[in-house]
Amino acid sequence: MKLSELIQNLNLSVRSAQENLEREVTGGYASDLLSDVLANSREGDLWITLQVHQNIVAVASMKDLAGIILVNGREPEQETIEKAETEDIAIMVSELSAFELVGRLYGLGVTGMR
Amino acid sequence: MMRKVRADLHLHTCLSPCADDQMQATAIVKQAKRIGLDMIGICDHNSAENVAAVAKAGLREGLSVIGGMEITSREEAHILGLFESEHDLMQMQEVVYENLPGENSEEAFGPQTVIDEWDRVVGANQRLLIGATTLTVEQVVEAIHERSGLAIASHVDRERFSLIGQLGFIPKGLSLDALEVSRPSAMQQEYDYPVVTSSDAHFLEDIGINCTTFTLEALSVSEIRKALRHEMGRSVALN
Repeated sequence: MKLSELIQNLNLSVRSAQENLEREVTGGYASDLLSDVLANSREGDLWITLQVHQNIVAVASMKDLAGIILVNGREPEQETIEKAETEDIAIMVSELSAFELVGRLYGLGVTGMR
Repeated sequence: MMRKVRADLHLHTCLSPCADDQMQATAIVKQAKRIGLDMIGICDHNSAENVAAVAKAGLREGLSVIGGMEITSREEAHILGLFESEHDLMQMQEVVYENLPGENSEEAFGPQTVIDEWDRVVGANQRLLIGATTLTVEQVVEAIHERSGLAIASHVDRERFSLIGQLGFIPKGLSLDALEVSRPSAMQQEYDYPVVTSSDAHFLEDIGINCTTFTLEALSVSEIRKALRHEMGRSVALN
């Protein structure tokens, strides 16, 4: 499923990389420990987190993740948005909690297994 | 004249809800002296209200006590701030308090006891010291430096509440003065910052299980800063 379809389905607000929303999402990973995301996420994953520090962009870029969804309406820091624009990483904001958002993503066919 | 100084710069007191209630001023100083430390740092979670008590007890017994705090950033990374003057430390505490939401629950997290230099209870801190501030790591480090303090990332080799655990790696351009490791003998990587080790003791018997040896001319924060930078013959060594 493409990012753009998920954005529409889940009413996500896009905060960066508007032109990079046709990326294919091949799975999902939810974690707020960036060291854990570095160790365990996989290329093409959509990452669900509440961390808003600019390091999230570097992690997503290093792991070639499909995008980042921030939960509970948390807004990325300004440096994070700027870095995400440079690195072409899509950051989206959802008003939902992580639990609810992951549940809905799963319902739409985004899973944690390959 | 240069001398070698054995220092454990990261100890908690009974003010930290997670620390043992035996972590009181005279007991801490006595234990530190017994095991041969020359200098200790008092770094409770998000508060410095027991620093004066331990410092006075240290003065009485001839032990150097550095005042500090272990500050929790909004990313839940722990950063130590060590300060030369009590004035700067109290100002830093103000900044932390202004940005620290919540109220402690003794039942859930433990008591936060404020003591004097004779270990007498003088009060209880009501703030949620175990919680996180709303300050970013960058803001924490900047606030420490604005008050001439040393900013040291706590226990970076642990996953929980460490800068590297929470944020994956040290954010580019973060001007830390040093990194603290908890397992110096098992250091798995080279860091781009000076490294110190300390006990992070929450119990008396853990004081000094890790310590750092500084070569200094005097027991002060500015001398530690020079040692971390290896300036003018000062140096730093683990254990």
